[in-house]
Amino acid sequence: MSGIAIVFMIISMLTIWGGLAISLINLSRNPEKDDDHVIETAEPAGNSNL
Amino acid sequence: MSSPSSTQGAPLASEKRETFSSRKLFILSAIGSAVGLGNIWRFPYVAYENGGGAFLIPYLVAILCAGIPLLFLDYSIGHRYRGSAPLAYRRANRKTEMLGWWQVLICFVIAIYYAAIIAWAAMYCWFSITKAWDKNPKGAEGFFMNDFLKVSDTVGVSFDVVGRIFVPMLIVWLVTMVIMIAGVNKGISRANAVFMPLLIVMFVILVVQSVFLPGAIDGLNAFFTPDFAALQNPAVWAAAFGHIFFSLSVAFGIMVTYSSYMKRKSDLTGSGYVVAFANSGFELLAGIGVFAALGFMAHNAGSSVDDVATSGIGLAFIAFPTIVSQAPLGGLIGVLFFGSLVFAGLTSLISILEVIVAAFQDKLGWKRTPATLVVVLPVAVISLVLFPTTTGLYLLDTMDAFVNQFGILACALVLVIVFGAGLGMLPKLAKHMNRHSSIKLGTGWKVLVGGIGPAALGYMLINEVQSKINEPYSGYPAWFNGIFGWGMAGALIVGAVLMSLIPWGKNSKIDDPEFEQHQKNVEAEELPDAVGKEY
Repeated sequence: MSGIAIVFMIISMLTIWGGLAISLINLSRNPEKDDDHVIETAEPAGNSNL
Repeated sequence: MSSPSSTQGAPLASEKRETFSSRKLFILSAIGSAVGLGNIWRFPYVAYENGGGAFLIPYLVAILCAGIPLLFLDYSIGHRYRGSAPLAYRRANRKTEMLGWWQVLICFVIAIYYAAIIAWAAMYCWFSITKAWDKNPKGAEGFFMNDFLKVSDTVGVSFDVVGRIFVPMLIVWLVTMVIMIAGVNKGISRANAVFMPLLIVMFVILVVQSVFLPGAIDGLNAFFTPDFAALQNPAVWAAAFGHIFFSLSVAFGIMVTYSSYMKRKSDLTGSGYVVAFANSGFELLAGIGVFAALGFMAHNAGSSVDDVATSGIGLAFIAFPTIVSQAPLGGLIGVLFFGSLVFAGLTSLISILEVIVAAFQDKLGWKRTPATLVVVLPVAVISLVLFPTTTGLYLLDTMDAFVNQFGILACALVLVIVFGAGLGMLPKLAKHMNRHSSIKLGTGWKVLVGGIGPAALGYMLINEVQSKINEPYSGYPAWFNGIFGWGMAGALIVGAVLMSLIPWGKNSKIDDPEFEQHQKNVEAEELPDAVGKEY
Protein backbone atom coordinates (compact mmCIF):
# COMPACT_ATOMS: atom_id res chain seq x y z
CA MET A 1 0.00 0.00 0.00
CA SER A 2 1.25 3.46 -0.81
CA GLY A 3 1.95 5.97 1.95
CA ILE A 4 -0.93 8.25 0.98
CA ALA A 5 -3.38 5.31 0.90
CA ILE A 6 -2.29 4.28 4.41
CA VAL A 7 -2.69 7.88 5.62
CA PHE A 8 -6.22 8.07 4.18
CA MET A 9 -7.10 4.68 5.60
CA ILE A 10 -6.07 5.86 9.06
CA ILE A 11 -7.88 9.22 8.70
CA SER A 12 -11.06 7.42 7.56
CA MET A 13 -10.93 5.02 10.49
CA LEU A 14 -10.24 7.80 12.99
CA THR A 15 -13.02 10.09 11.79
CA ILE A 16 -15.76 7.50 11.25
CA TRP A 17 -15.03 4.99 14.02
CA GLY A 18 -13.83 7.86 16.23
CA GLY A 19 -17.10 9.66 15.53
CA LEU A 20 -18.96 6.55 16.63
CA ALA A 21 -16.87 6.32 19.82
CA ILE A 22 -17.49 10.00 20.66
CA SER A 23 -21.24 9.60 19.98
CA LEU A 24 -21.35 6.61 22.31
CA ILE A 25 -19.44 8.46 25.03
CA ASN A 26 -21.80 11.44 24.70
CA LEU A 27 -24.81 9.15 25.00
CA SER A 28 -23.45 7.33 28.03
CA ARG A 29 -22.95 10.69 29.77
CA ASN A 30 -26.65 11.39 29.36
CA PRO A 31 -28.32 8.42 31.00
CA GLU A 32 -31.75 7.32 29.94
CA LYS A 33 -34.66 8.80 31.91
CA ASP A 34 -37.28 6.31 33.07
CA ASP A 35 -39.78 8.73 34.61
CA ASP A 36 -41.92 9.56 31.61
CA HIS A 37 -44.98 10.21 33.79
CA VAL A 38 -43.24 13.02 35.67
CA ILE A 39 -43.61 16.44 34.03
CA GLU A 40 -40.41 18.44 34.00
CA THR A 41 -41.19 22.03 33.14
CA ALA A 42 -38.51 23.65 31.03
CA GLU A 43 -36.17 26.19 32.53
CA PRO A 44 -35.64 29.28 30.40
CA ALA A 45 -31.97 28.52 29.72
CA GLY A 46 -29.79 26.62 27.30
CA ASN A 47 -28.52 27.75 23.95
CA SER A 48 -28.41 26.10 20.61
CA ASN A 49 -25.12 24.76 19.45
CA LEU A 50 -25.70 23.22 16.05
CA MET B 1 -55.58 5.38 30.54
CA SER B 2 -57.55 3.22 28.15
CA SER B 3 -58.37 3.47 24.49
CA PRO B 4 -61.88 3.05 23.15
CA SER B 5 -62.87 -0.50 22.45
CA SER B 6 -65.72 -2.00 20.55
CA THR B 7 -68.28 -4.50 21.65
CA GLN B 8 -69.00 -5.75 18.14
CA GLY B 9 -66.20 -8.28 18.03
CA ALA B 10 -63.89 -6.25 15.77
CA PRO B 11 -60.23 -6.75 16.65
CA LEU B 12 -59.82 -3.25 18.08
CA ALA B 13 -56.74 -2.21 19.97
CA SER B 14 -57.30 -1.82 23.68
CA GLU B 15 -53.66 -1.98 24.70
CA LYS B 16 -51.36 1.04 25.07
CA ARG B 17 -49.22 2.11 22.17
CA GLU B 18 -46.01 0.12 22.30
CA THR B 19 -42.68 1.77 23.12
CA PHE B 20 -39.15 0.43 22.81
CA SER B 21 -38.42 -0.83 26.32
CA SER B 22 -34.97 0.77 26.31
CA ARG B 23 -32.92 3.31 24.38
CA LYS B 24 -30.44 0.59 23.52
CA LEU B 25 -33.11 -1.41 21.71
CA PHE B 26 -34.28 1.63 19.75
CA ILE B 27 -30.71 2.39 18.68
CA LEU B 28 -30.07 -1.24 17.72
CA SER B 29 -33.30 -1.37 15.70
CA ALA B 30 -32.56 1.96 14.00
CA ILE B 31 -29.06 0.73 13.11
CA GLY B 32 -30.61 -2.53 11.90
CA SER B 33 -32.84 -0.52 9.60
CA ALA B 34 -30.06 1.78 8.33
CA VAL B 35 -27.53 -1.00 7.78
CA GLY B 36 -28.90 -2.84 4.78
CA LEU B 37 -27.74 -4.30 1.50
CA GLY B 38 -26.55 -0.87 0.31
CA ASN B 39 -23.93 -0.61 3.05
CA ILE B 40 -22.35 -3.86 1.94
CA TRP B 41 -22.69 -3.79 -1.81
CA ARG B 42 -23.12 -0.12 -2.71
CA PHE B 43 -20.87 2.03 -0.51
CA PRO B 44 -17.52 0.36 -1.36
CA TYR B 45 -17.95 0.95 -5.09
CA VAL B 46 -19.43 4.45 -4.74
CA ALA B 47 -16.43 5.48 -2.63
CA TYR B 48 -13.95 3.85 -5.03
CA GLU B 49 -15.55 5.43 -8.12
CA ASN B 50 -15.76 8.89 -6.58
CA GLY B 51 -12.25 9.71 -5.45
CA GLY B 52 -11.24 6.71 -3.30
CA GLY B 53 -9.75 8.04 -0.06
CA ALA B 54 -10.65 11.61 -1.02
CA PHE B 55 -14.34 10.60 -1.05
CA LEU B 56 -14.14 10.78 2.74
CA ILE B 57 -14.40 14.58 2.54
CA PRO B 58 -17.70 14.88 0.59
CA TYR B 59 -18.97 11.83 2.49
CA LEU B 60 -18.42 13.42 5.92
CA VAL B 61 -19.83 16.73 4.70
CA ALA B 62 -22.92 14.89 3.42
CA ILE B 63 -23.41 13.04 6.73
CA LEU B 64 -23.16 16.20 8.81
CA CYS B 65 -24.97 18.59 6.45
CA ALA B 66 -27.72 16.39 5.04
CA GLY B 67 -27.89 12.89 6.51
CA ILE B 68 -28.04 13.68 10.22
CA PRO B 69 -30.19 16.86 9.88
CA LEU B 70 -32.77 14.97 7.80
CA LEU B 71 -32.66 12.07 10.25
CA PHE B 72 -33.52 14.55 13.01
CA LEU B 73 -36.43 15.90 10.95
CA ASP B 74 -37.87 12.37 10.81
CA TYR B 75 -37.23 11.83 14.53
CA SER B 76 -38.86 15.11 15.50
CA ILE B 77 -42.07 14.47 13.53
CA GLY B 78 -42.43 10.87 14.70
CA HIS B 79 -41.63 11.60 18.32
CA ARG B 80 -43.62 14.84 18.66
CA TYR B 81 -46.75 13.52 16.94
CA ARG B 82 -46.37 9.91 18.06
CA GLY B 83 -47.93 8.06 15.18
CA SER B 84 -47.30 6.04 12.04
CA ALA B 85 -46.20 8.19 9.09
CA PRO B 86 -49.70 9.19 7.84
CA LEU B 87 -51.04 9.89 11.33
CA ALA B 88 -47.94 11.77 12.49
CA TYR B 89 -47.97 14.01 9.40
CA ARG B 90 -51.70 14.56 9.75
CA ARG B 91 -51.30 15.58 13.37
CA ALA B 92 -48.52 17.97 12.35
CA ASN B 93 -50.76 19.47 9.68
CA ARG B 94 -53.93 18.02 8.23
CA LYS B 95 -52.81 18.73 4.68
CA THR B 96 -49.58 16.72 4.95
CA GLU B 97 -51.23 13.33 5.58
CA MET B 98 -50.71 12.44 1.94
CA LEU B 99 -46.91 12.49 2.45
CA GLY B 100 -47.28 9.72 5.00
CA TRP B 101 -49.28 7.52 2.63
CA TRP B 102 -46.73 8.21 -0.10
CA GLN B 103 -44.05 6.81 2.21
CA VAL B 104 -46.25 3.82 3.08
CA LEU B 105 -46.67 3.00 -0.61
CA ILE B 106 -42.93 3.47 -1.25
CA CYS B 107 -42.24 0.98 1.54
CA PHE B 108 -44.74 -1.43 -0.02
CA VAL B 109 -42.86 -1.39 -3.35
CA ILE B 110 -39.47 -1.81 -1.68
CA ALA B 111 -40.70 -4.64 0.56
CA ILE B 112 -41.99 -6.76 -2.34
CA TYR B 113 -38.59 -6.90 -4.08
CA TYR B 114 -36.32 -6.70 -1.01
CA ALA B 115 -37.56 -10.11 0.12
CA ALA B 116 -36.41 -11.61 -3.20
CA ILE B 117 -32.81 -10.46 -2.69
CA ILE B 118 -32.77 -11.83 0.86
CA ALA B 119 -33.98 -15.17 -0.50
CA TRP B 120 -31.25 -15.21 -3.18
CA ALA B 121 -28.61 -14.46 -0.52
CA ALA B 122 -29.95 -17.26 1.69
CA MET B 123 -29.66 -19.72 -1.21
CA TYR B 124 -26.13 -18.49 -1.94
CA CYS B 125 -25.11 -19.37 1.65
CA TRP B 126 -25.82 -22.96 0.72
CA PHE B 127 -24.28 -22.68 -2.76
CA SER B 128 -21.08 -21.37 -1.12
CA ILE B 129 -20.67 -24.76 0.51
CA THR B 130 -21.55 -26.80 -2.60
CA LYS B 131 -19.83 -24.30 -4.96
CA ALA B 132 -22.75 -24.88 -7.28
CA TRP B 133 -21.52 -22.31 -9.83
CA ASP B 134 -18.33 -24.26 -10.56
CA LYS B 135 -20.36 -26.64 -12.74
CA ASN B 136 -21.51 -23.90 -15.12
CA PRO B 137 -19.12 -23.37 -18.06
CA LYS B 138 -19.81 -19.64 -17.95
CA GLY B 139 -18.87 -19.50 -14.27
CA ALA B 140 -20.69 -17.54 -11.59
CA GLU B 141 -22.45 -15.21 -14.04
CA GLY B 142 -23.82 -18.03 -16.15
CA PHE B 143 -24.95 -19.85 -13.03
CA PHE B 144 -26.73 -16.80 -11.58
CA MET B 145 -28.54 -15.76 -14.74
CA ASN B 146 -29.28 -19.14 -16.34
CA ASP B 147 -29.19 -21.90 -13.73
CA PHE B 148 -30.44 -20.01 -10.69
CA LEU B 149 -32.74 -17.17 -11.80
CA LYS B 150 -33.48 -18.76 -15.21
CA VAL B 151 -33.78 -15.21 -16.55
CA SER B 152 -35.99 -14.97 -19.62
CA ASP B 153 -34.39 -13.59 -22.80
CA THR B 154 -37.20 -11.15 -23.36
CA VAL B 155 -37.92 -8.31 -20.99
CA GLY B 156 -41.52 -8.50 -19.79
CA VAL B 157 -43.71 -10.04 -17.13
CA SER B 158 -43.95 -13.78 -16.97
CA PHE B 159 -45.51 -15.98 -14.33
CA ASP B 160 -43.14 -18.90 -14.88
CA VAL B 161 -42.25 -19.61 -11.27
CA VAL B 162 -38.72 -20.72 -10.37
CA GLY B 163 -39.17 -23.14 -7.49
CA ARG B 164 -35.67 -22.66 -6.09
CA ILE B 165 -36.46 -18.98 -5.49
CA PHE B 166 -40.10 -19.34 -4.53
CA VAL B 167 -39.43 -21.62 -1.55
CA PRO B 168 -36.75 -19.47 0.15
CA MET B 169 -38.86 -16.36 -0.52
CA LEU B 170 -41.82 -18.04 1.15
CA ILE B 171 -39.61 -18.83 4.15
CA VAL B 172 -38.39 -15.19 4.29
CA TRP B 173 -42.00 -14.01 4.35
CA LEU B 174 -42.99 -16.52 7.04
CA VAL B 175 -40.06 -15.51 9.29
CA THR B 176 -40.83 -11.84 8.73
CA MET B 177 -44.51 -12.39 9.45
CA VAL B 178 -43.74 -14.04 12.81
CA ILE B 179 -41.47 -11.12 13.80
CA MET B 180 -44.02 -8.52 12.73
CA ILE B 181 -46.92 -10.19 14.54
CA ALA B 182 -44.88 -10.30 17.76
CA GLY B 183 -44.81 -6.48 17.76
CA VAL B 184 -42.30 -3.77 18.61
CA ASN B 185 -40.84 -5.22 21.79
CA LYS B 186 -41.22 -8.96 21.37
CA GLY B 187 -40.67 -8.98 17.61
CA ILE B 188 -38.70 -6.05 16.16
CA SER B 189 -36.51 -5.41 19.23
CA ARG B 190 -35.73 -9.08 19.81
CA ALA B 191 -34.97 -9.76 16.15
CA ASN B 192 -32.55 -6.83 16.07
CA ALA B 193 -31.03 -7.81 19.42
CA VAL B 194 -30.18 -11.22 17.91
CA PHE B 195 -29.47 -10.41 14.26
CA MET B 196 -27.39 -7.25 14.70
CA PRO B 197 -24.68 -8.65 17.02
CA LEU B 198 -24.59 -11.74 14.82
CA LEU B 199 -24.19 -9.58 11.70
CA ILE B 200 -21.36 -7.59 13.22
CA VAL B 201 -19.47 -10.66 14.47
CA MET B 202 -19.86 -12.44 11.12
CA PHE B 203 -18.81 -9.38 9.16
CA VAL B 204 -15.73 -8.70 11.30
CA ILE B 205 -14.59 -12.32 10.81
CA LEU B 206 -15.18 -11.90 7.06
CA VAL B 207 -13.13 -8.70 6.93
CA VAL B 208 -10.25 -10.21 8.93
CA GLN B 209 -10.22 -13.24 6.66
CA SER B 210 -10.35 -11.06 3.53
CA VAL B 211 -7.44 -8.79 4.44
CA PHE B 212 -5.15 -11.79 4.78
CA LEU B 213 -5.87 -13.06 1.26
CA PRO B 214 -3.08 -12.67 -1.31
CA GLY B 215 -3.58 -9.43 -3.25
CA ALA B 216 -5.81 -7.91 -0.56
CA ILE B 217 -3.36 -5.07 -0.02
CA ASP B 218 -3.72 -4.04 -3.69
CA GLY B 219 -7.46 -3.87 -3.22
CA LEU B 220 -7.13 -1.69 -0.15
CA ASN B 221 -4.58 0.48 -1.95
CA ALA B 222 -7.08 1.06 -4.77
CA PHE B 223 -9.87 1.79 -2.29
CA PHE B 224 -7.99 4.29 -0.12
CA THR B 225 -5.70 6.07 -2.64
CA PRO B 226 -7.18 9.57 -2.88
CA ASP B 227 -7.94 11.23 -6.20
CA PHE B 228 -8.11 14.88 -5.18
CA ALA B 229 -9.18 16.03 -8.65
CA ALA B 230 -12.49 14.24 -8.03
CA LEU B 231 -13.35 16.81 -5.37
CA GLN B 232 -13.75 19.45 -8.07
CA ASN B 233 -16.41 17.37 -9.80
CA PRO B 234 -19.98 18.21 -8.68
CA ALA B 235 -21.08 14.66 -9.60
CA VAL B 236 -18.82 13.31 -6.84
CA TRP B 237 -20.49 15.56 -4.26
CA ALA B 238 -23.93 14.56 -5.56
CA ALA B 239 -22.89 10.90 -5.25
CA ALA B 240 -21.90 11.46 -1.61
CA PHE B 241 -25.18 13.21 -0.74
CA GLY B 242 -27.19 10.61 -2.67
CA HIS B 243 -25.45 7.71 -0.99
CA ILE B 244 -25.82 9.06 2.55
CA PHE B 245 -29.44 9.87 1.92
CA PHE B 246 -30.31 6.30 0.90
CA SER B 247 -27.96 4.69 3.39
CA LEU B 248 -29.45 6.36 6.46
CA SER B 249 -33.06 5.38 5.56
CA VAL B 250 -34.29 8.96 5.84
CA ALA B 251 -37.62 10.08 4.35
CA PHE B 252 -38.95 6.51 4.03
CA GLY B 253 -41.25 6.94 7.02
CA ILE B 254 -39.17 4.34 8.85
CA MET B 255 -37.54 6.74 11.26
CA VAL B 256 -40.84 8.56 11.81
CA THR B 257 -42.41 5.24 12.79
CA TYR B 258 -39.53 4.00 14.96
CA SER B 259 -39.13 7.32 16.80
CA SER B 260 -42.86 7.29 17.57
CA TYR B 261 -42.12 4.25 19.75
CA MET B 262 -39.55 6.15 21.84
CA LYS B 263 -40.27 7.37 25.35
CA ARG B 264 -41.10 11.04 25.77
CA LYS B 265 -37.91 11.94 27.61
CA SER B 266 -35.56 10.43 25.03
CA ASP B 267 -32.19 11.84 24.02
CA LEU B 268 -33.14 11.95 20.35
CA THR B 269 -30.11 13.75 18.93
CA GLY B 270 -27.62 11.80 21.04
CA SER B 271 -29.16 8.53 19.82
CA GLY B 272 -29.27 9.81 16.24
CA TYR B 273 -25.52 10.51 16.15
CA VAL B 274 -24.83 6.98 17.35
CA VAL B 275 -27.11 5.53 14.65
CA ALA B 276 -25.56 7.66 11.89
CA PHE B 277 -21.94 6.93 12.82
CA ALA B 278 -22.64 3.24 13.43
CA ASN B 279 -24.14 3.06 9.93
CA SER B 280 -21.05 4.74 8.46
CA GLY B 281 -18.74 2.66 10.63
CA PHE B 282 -20.27 -0.47 9.16
CA GLU B 283 -19.90 0.91 5.63
CA LEU B 284 -16.22 1.57 6.15
CA LEU B 285 -15.80 -1.99 7.38
CA ALA B 286 -17.64 -3.21 4.29
CA GLY B 287 -15.38 -1.11 2.06
CA ILE B 288 -12.30 -2.75 3.59
CA GLY B 289 -13.74 -6.29 3.38
CA VAL B 290 -15.08 -5.96 -0.16
CA PHE B 291 -11.98 -4.32 -1.65
CA ALA B 292 -9.63 -6.74 0.10
CA ALA B 293 -11.63 -9.56 -1.51
CA LEU B 294 -11.66 -7.80 -4.91
CA GLY B 295 -7.89 -7.31 -4.59
CA PHE B 296 -7.58 -11.08 -4.23
CA MET B 297 -9.85 -11.65 -7.23
CA ALA B 298 -7.74 -9.31 -9.39
CA HIS B 299 -4.53 -10.96 -8.14
CA ASN B 300 -5.85 -14.38 -9.14
CA ALA B 301 -7.03 -13.23 -12.57
CA GLY B 302 -3.79 -11.33 -13.19
CA SER B 303 -5.80 -8.16 -13.82
CA SER B 304 -6.14 -4.81 -12.06
CA VAL B 305 -8.59 -4.04 -9.25
CA ASP B 306 -10.30 -1.59 -11.57
CA ASP B 307 -11.22 -4.47 -13.93
CA VAL B 308 -13.00 -6.45 -11.23
CA ALA B 309 -14.52 -3.63 -9.14
CA THR B 310 -18.30 -3.62 -9.27
CA SER B 311 -21.33 -3.09 -7.06
CA GLY B 312 -24.84 -4.31 -6.34
CA ILE B 313 -26.11 -7.61 -7.65
CA GLY B 314 -23.01 -8.03 -9.83
CA LEU B 315 -20.71 -7.76 -6.82
CA ALA B 316 -22.73 -10.05 -4.56
CA PHE B 317 -23.90 -12.75 -6.95
CA ILE B 318 -21.18 -12.78 -9.60
CA ALA B 319 -17.89 -11.43 -8.15
CA PHE B 320 -18.21 -12.93 -4.68
CA PRO B 321 -19.01 -16.47 -5.85
CA THR B 322 -15.85 -16.31 -7.97
CA ILE B 323 -13.87 -15.29 -4.89
CA VAL B 324 -15.53 -18.08 -2.87
CA SER B 325 -14.40 -20.66 -5.44
CA GLN B 326 -10.80 -19.43 -5.54
CA ALA B 327 -9.98 -18.37 -1.99
CA PRO B 328 -8.61 -20.62 0.74
CA LEU B 329 -11.55 -21.39 3.07
CA GLY B 330 -13.74 -19.83 0.38
CA GLY B 331 -16.85 -21.64 1.63
CA LEU B 332 -16.52 -19.85 4.95
CA ILE B 333 -16.12 -16.47 3.18
CA GLY B 334 -19.30 -17.22 1.22
CA VAL B 335 -21.37 -18.24 4.23
CA LEU B 336 -20.22 -15.16 6.17
CA PHE B 337 -20.80 -12.78 3.26
CA PHE B 338 -24.20 -14.07 2.18
CA GLY B 339 -25.25 -14.63 5.79
CA SER B 340 -24.41 -10.97 6.45
CA LEU B 341 -26.57 -9.96 3.49
CA VAL B 342 -29.45 -12.04 4.88
CA PHE B 343 -29.28 -10.50 8.36
CA ALA B 344 -28.66 -6.94 7.13
CA GLY B 345 -31.56 -7.36 4.70
CA LEU B 346 -33.98 -8.91 7.19
CA THR B 347 -33.52 -6.16 9.79
CA SER B 348 -34.16 -3.56 7.09
CA LEU B 349 -37.16 -5.43 5.66
CA ILE B 350 -38.73 -5.53 9.13
CA SER B 351 -38.41 -1.75 9.44
CA ILE B 352 -39.85 -1.19 5.97
CA LEU B 353 -42.86 -3.37 6.78
CA GLU B 354 -43.37 -1.65 10.13
CA VAL B 355 -44.12 1.60 8.27
CA ILE B 356 -47.06 -0.13 6.54
CA VAL B 357 -48.27 -2.17 9.51
CA ALA B 358 -48.20 0.85 11.86
CA ALA B 359 -50.12 2.97 9.34
CA PHE B 360 -52.91 0.40 9.03
CA GLN B 361 -52.94 -0.23 12.77
CA ASP B 362 -53.54 3.49 13.35
CA LYS B 363 -56.06 3.84 10.55
CA LEU B 364 -58.13 0.80 11.51
CA GLY B 365 -57.54 0.94 15.26
CA TRP B 366 -56.92 -2.80 15.18
CA LYS B 367 -54.77 -4.94 17.41
CA ARG B 368 -51.27 -5.94 16.31
CA THR B 369 -52.00 -9.44 14.98
CA PRO B 370 -54.98 -8.71 12.69
CA ALA B 371 -53.39 -5.46 11.48
CA THR B 372 -50.15 -7.31 10.64
CA LEU B 373 -51.98 -10.10 8.83
CA VAL B 374 -54.10 -7.69 6.79
CA VAL B 375 -50.91 -5.92 5.65
CA VAL B 376 -48.20 -8.57 5.39
CA LEU B 377 -50.30 -11.31 3.76
CA PRO B 378 -51.21 -9.29 0.63
CA VAL B 379 -47.68 -7.83 0.43
CA ALA B 380 -46.21 -11.34 0.62
CA VAL B 381 -48.61 -12.71 -1.99
CA ILE B 382 -47.83 -9.91 -4.47
CA SER B 383 -44.12 -10.38 -3.83
CA LEU B 384 -44.40 -14.15 -4.36
CA VAL B 385 -46.37 -13.73 -7.58
CA LEU B 386 -44.07 -11.16 -9.22
CA PHE B 387 -40.49 -11.93 -8.17
CA PRO B 388 -39.65 -15.66 -8.04
CA THR B 389 -40.23 -15.76 -11.81
CA THR B 390 -38.06 -15.75 -14.91
CA THR B 391 -38.64 -12.00 -15.27
CA GLY B 392 -38.26 -11.13 -11.59
CA LEU B 393 -34.80 -9.63 -12.14
CA TYR B 394 -36.03 -7.12 -14.74
CA LEU B 395 -38.92 -6.03 -12.53
CA LEU B 396 -36.69 -5.72 -9.51
CA ASP B 397 -34.12 -3.66 -11.41
CA THR B 398 -36.63 -1.16 -12.81
CA MET B 399 -38.77 -0.86 -9.69
CA ASP B 400 -35.72 -0.36 -7.48
CA ALA B 401 -34.26 2.38 -9.69
CA PHE B 402 -37.52 4.29 -10.06
CA VAL B 403 -38.82 3.96 -6.50
CA ASN B 404 -35.51 5.24 -5.16
CA GLN B 405 -35.35 8.29 -7.38
CA PHE B 406 -38.96 9.22 -8.03
CA GLY B 407 -40.33 7.82 -4.82
CA ILE B 408 -37.97 8.38 -1.92
CA LEU B 409 -35.96 11.26 -3.36
CA ALA B 410 -39.01 13.13 -4.67
CA CYS B 411 -40.91 12.57 -1.41
CA ALA B 412 -37.94 13.83 0.62
CA LEU B 413 -37.75 16.97 -1.49
CA VAL B 414 -41.46 17.69 -0.99
CA LEU B 415 -41.09 16.94 2.72
CA VAL B 416 -38.27 19.43 3.37
CA ILE B 417 -39.97 22.12 1.29
CA VAL B 418 -43.34 21.63 3.01
CA PHE B 419 -42.02 21.45 6.57
CA GLY B 420 -39.37 24.14 6.01
CA ALA B 421 -40.51 26.96 3.77
CA GLY B 422 -44.15 25.84 3.44
CA LEU B 423 -45.35 25.39 6.99
CA GLY B 424 -42.41 26.95 8.82
CA MET B 425 -42.48 24.11 11.34
CA LEU B 426 -38.74 23.69 11.83
CA PRO B 427 -38.47 26.02 14.89
CA LYS B 428 -41.27 24.13 16.63
CA LEU B 429 -39.71 20.76 15.81
CA ALA B 430 -36.24 21.93 16.94
CA LYS B 431 -37.75 23.08 20.21
CA HIS B 432 -39.27 19.65 20.71
CA MET B 433 -35.98 17.88 19.94
CA ASN B 434 -34.07 20.16 22.30
CA ARG B 435 -36.29 19.55 25.33
CA HIS B 436 -34.65 16.27 26.34
CA SER B 437 -31.76 15.84 23.90
CA SER B 438 -28.08 16.14 24.73
CA ILE B 439 -27.05 17.88 21.50
CA LYS B 440 -29.18 20.94 20.79
CA LEU B 441 -30.49 21.97 17.39
CA GLY B 442 -30.32 25.64 16.47
CA THR B 443 -30.28 27.89 13.45
CA GLY B 444 -27.72 25.63 11.75
CA TRP B 445 -30.16 22.73 11.65
CA LYS B 446 -32.99 24.86 10.29
CA VAL B 447 -30.75 26.21 7.53
CA LEU B 448 -29.50 22.71 6.64
CA VAL B 449 -32.98 21.16 6.51
CA GLY B 450 -34.85 24.13 5.07
CA GLY B 451 -32.15 25.44 2.71
CA ILE B 452 -29.33 22.99 1.92
CA GLY B 453 -31.73 20.03 2.01
CA PRO B 454 -34.06 21.23 -0.77
CA ALA B 455 -31.09 22.47 -2.84
CA ALA B 456 -29.17 19.16 -2.66
CA LEU B 457 -32.26 16.96 -3.12
CA GLY B 458 -33.57 19.16 -5.95
CA TYR B 459 -30.23 18.99 -7.78
CA MET B 460 -30.15 15.20 -7.50
CA LEU B 461 -33.76 14.81 -8.64
CA ILE B 462 -33.31 17.03 -11.71
CA ASN B 463 -30.18 15.05 -12.67
CA GLU B 464 -32.08 11.80 -12.35
CA VAL B 465 -35.08 12.97 -14.37
CA GLN B 466 -32.72 14.09 -17.15
CA SER B 467 -30.73 10.86 -17.23
CA LYS B 468 -33.83 8.63 -17.17
CA ILE B 469 -35.52 10.64 -19.92
CA ASN B 470 -32.43 10.72 -22.13
CA GLU B 471 -31.98 6.97 -22.36
CA PRO B 472 -34.27 4.07 -21.46
CA TYR B 473 -33.28 2.61 -18.11
CA SER B 474 -31.06 -0.49 -18.54
CA GLY B 475 -32.07 -0.53 -22.23
CA TYR B 476 -35.45 -2.05 -21.36
CA PRO B 477 -38.44 -1.50 -23.70
CA ALA B 478 -40.27 1.81 -23.27
CA TRP B 479 -43.56 0.14 -22.28
CA PHE B 480 -41.79 -1.84 -19.53
CA ASN B 481 -40.09 1.20 -17.96
CA GLY B 482 -43.27 3.17 -18.60
CA ILE B 483 -45.45 0.84 -16.56
CA PHE B 484 -43.12 -0.46 -13.86
CA GLY B 485 -40.92 2.64 -13.62
CA TRP B 486 -42.63 5.92 -14.42
CA GLY B 487 -46.15 4.49 -14.08
CA MET B 488 -45.42 2.84 -10.75
CA ALA B 489 -43.81 6.04 -9.35
CA GLY B 490 -46.81 8.10 -10.53
CA ALA B 491 -49.28 5.55 -9.15
CA LEU B 492 -47.69 5.93 -5.72
CA ILE B 493 -48.55 9.63 -5.70
CA VAL B 494 -52.10 9.08 -6.95
CA GLY B 495 -52.56 6.23 -4.44
CA ALA B 496 -51.27 8.43 -1.62
CA VAL B 497 -53.74 11.18 -2.45
CA LEU B 498 -56.60 8.67 -2.57
CA MET B 499 -55.58 7.08 0.74
CA SER B 500 -55.47 10.49 2.40
CA LEU B 501 -59.05 11.12 1.24
CA ILE B 502 -60.40 8.08 3.07
CA PRO B 503 -61.83 9.42 6.34
CA TRP B 504 -60.48 8.24 9.69
CA GLY B 505 -63.16 6.16 11.38
CA LYS B 506 -64.26 6.42 14.98
CA ASN B 507 -62.20 3.34 15.85
CA SER B 508 -59.03 4.78 14.35
CA LYS B 509 -56.28 6.38 16.40
CA ILE B 510 -57.08 9.88 15.20
CA ASP B 511 -58.78 10.73 18.51
CA ASP B 512 -56.61 8.81 20.88
CA PRO B 513 -56.82 9.74 24.58
CA GLU B 514 -53.30 8.39 25.01
CA PHE B 515 -51.99 10.82 22.41
CA GLU B 516 -53.94 13.69 23.93
CA GLN B 517 -52.23 13.00 27.25
CA HIS B 518 -48.85 12.81 25.48
CA GLN B 519 -49.56 16.11 23.77
CA LYS B 520 -50.47 17.76 27.09
CA ASN B 521 -47.31 16.42 28.71
CA VAL B 522 -45.14 17.63 25.82
CA GLU B 523 -46.71 21.08 25.90
CA ALA B 524 -46.44 21.30 29.70
CA GLU B 525 -42.72 20.66 29.42
CA GLU B 526 -42.09 23.06 26.57
CA LEU B 527 -40.58 26.43 27.10
CA PRO B 528 -43.35 29.00 26.55
CA ASP B 529 -42.95 31.11 23.41
CA ALA B 530 -41.36 34.45 24.12
CA VAL B 531 -43.98 37.19 24.42
CA GLY B 532 -43.69 40.73 23.12
CA LYS B 533 -41.60 39.72 20.11
CA GLU B 534 -42.21 43.10 18.48
CA TYR B 535 -39.85 44.71 20.97
